[in-house]
Amino acid sequence: MTPSPTMRSANTPVNGTRDSAQTIVQLKDVQFAWGNHAQPVLAIDDFSISRGEHVFLQGSSGSGKTTLLSLIAAVLSPQSGEIIIDGQPLALLRRSQRDQFRVDHIGLVFQQFNLLPFLSVADNVQLSCRFSAERKKRAGSKGLSLDQETDRLLSAMRLSPDEIRHRTTSELSVGQQQRVAVARALIGQPPLVIADEPTSSLDSDSREAFLELLFSEADTAGSTLLFVSHDASLADSFDRSINLSEINTAATRSVYLGELQ
Amino acid sequence: MISVAWKSLRSRWSTALLALLAIAMSVALILTVEKIRRDARTSFTQTVSGTDLIIGARSGSVQLLLYSVFRIGNATSNISWESVEDIKSRNAIDWVIPLSLGDSHAGFRVLGTNLDYFEHYRYADKRALSLASGKHFDDVFDAVIGSEVASQLRYEVGDNIVVAHGTGSVALVEHDQQPFTVSGILEPTGTPVDRAIHVSLQGIEAMHIDWRNGATVKGEGTSAETIRNMELKPTAVTALLVGLKSRATVFREQRAINTYREEPLLAILPGVALQELWGLVSVAENALMIVSVFVVIAGLVNLMSVLLSGLNERRREMAVLRSVGARPAHVFLLLCIESALLAIGGIIAGLVLHYLIVGAGSFYLQDRFGLAVPLTLPQQADIQILVGVAFAGLIAGMIPALQAYRKSLADGLSQKV
Repeated sequence: MTPSPTMRSANTPVNGTRDSAQTIVQLKDVQFAWGNHAQPVLAIDDFSISRGEHVFLQGSSGSGKTTLLSLIAAVLSPQSGEIIIDGQPLALLRRSQRDQFRVDHIGLVFQQFNLLPFLSVADNVQLSCRFSAERKKRAGSKGLSLDQETDRLLSAMRLSPDEIRHRTTSELSVGQQQRVAVARALIGQPPLVIADEPTSSLDSDSREAFLELLFSEADTAGSTLLFVSHDASLADSFDRSINLSEINTAATRSVYLGELQ
Repeated sequence: MISVAWKSLRSRWSTALLALLAIAMSVALILTVEKIRRDARTSFTQTVSGTDLIIGARSGSVQLLLYSVFRIGNATSNISWESVEDIKSRNAIDWVIPLSLGDSHAGFRVLGTNLDYFEHYRYADKRALSLASGKHFDDVFDAVIGSEVASQLRYEVGDNIVVAHGTGSVALVEHDQQPFTVSGILEPTGTPVDRAIHVSLQGIEAMHIDWRNGATVKGEGTSAETIRNMELKPTAVTALLVGLKSRATVFREQRAINTYREEPLLAILPGVALQELWGLVSVAENALMIVSVFVVIAGLVNLMSVLLSGLNERRREMAVLRSVGARPAHVFLLLCIESALLAIGGIIAGLVLHYLIVGAGSFYLQDRFGLAVPLTLPQQADIQILVGVAFAGLIAGMIPALQAYRKSLADGLSQKV
């Protein structure tokens, strides 16, 4: 974590090198351990995702999937190694810069509880624009107002904006909620969308439909998609499928430890 | 941020309302206690003004002050009329108001005095008594009543009233042979004067003519006409209010009266006696204030516990906020805004509650104790209290906010359920 003299700002990813132009996620010799544990739960020598890819990351529960996502989303910092997201080495960012970097560059979809139940659907979709001027600017880049862009995304997610715009999210079904969550992750076209088991609370039919919507809108937004699930049956729809245990060299030793967490 | 905090609070309105109510009630309590304390003082202080000395039979100075001016409690003994004449004749003395107490009418005290009372008695900021209607007494059976007496008993000038011996509201002996006539009604003063029926000293004597050894004389009694023709001379009075020609002589006169040889008398300076009274009362006041402060603290602790207990359920909310770019500082701020909203809401509700209590309670206080507790805008002390509560509320909110901040750092994006 030695600060470089040529520290880059969080808001201006540098596309100068060939690497960063092509690669959106790059992990090198990354080791991460919880707290004071000497045993790392994650040890990834080399892992990268190209721009525009739809990557499926499979792993059993407790294998450190969420930990890896937290590292990529700059919520956690590795003890050693380098993580470069959209051309930005995360280690060069201060904590508050990392928060800003995350909202500017990454859209997140979780397994469940993605939405704030007390806000309306529209407010939920626009949440990240409250915290990121860049996302807000990009959301309006097609000449649409923020509300129009929200409606467009909701329509694209096969939701009827006129019906649900002002409803609170607790009135929606789980499937609808997950689609609102995708709309929120995609607003302002973040370069990277990370989805953590977003389909596990859906039945298999809606799962297919959900994936389809997710893919097409991620493509429309020009976002790279990192999709994490324990369900290997989904892997076929993706450009590339990786099992976490293949890239995590710490896995053999620390699955047990990770499960304790 | 504020709108998010507001909507989040609204979604948990029942617990939020309880926290707000607890603060509102504690704020209302502390404001009401403070107001009654202040108004009681003002009320007492305003009752006696411009009087240099109060003279009564030898007892305690606070006791003399209470029964002579505030009509609380009773005199143990009287001042003989000879002593009154003696005191009146002293050079330094400008005026003397005799006060003769001990009778009542429908629960209101009857005060025997003379016309000097209306001329020299001052209340509040040296204001003199003035008549709302009618005239001062000039007949033995004339009575001038205070505004409270008039409004509560619906008396008008010309009405006849019957005076009873003793000061309870159910008098044992009624002097019904000698009915009095209301000759005048005084303007409201906000002092015990409002609750008094003023008659002449001769009137007091007149109603006791047929009264011997605790019972009325059997038979017809003496007619009013006969009494008017009698030469009535007061034998004793309960207390004297004295005005001096020069305030500089007040201590000399006080000494002279306290060492008066013919009769054991006590002269007090109203201001000094009031200070003594406050000294006594302040113990109770402080106790009440301490209790109020603790109630406020309890309200704030409740606010804190509501926010803290909500934190665990709201870890997901925090994680969602973090995932859309809220920094830990935002989470901290969110909780602070919440507690501030609750504290400010509680303060506003508390103010409203306070005014409702004062509005409803002032009738009772005026009725029972003659204590004027008018609705007033918050005083500086009140505002200090409110600012203090708001500040304490913010501090109380900081602790859960700090917790949320730490948790949101530790939890990151993981959604522990």
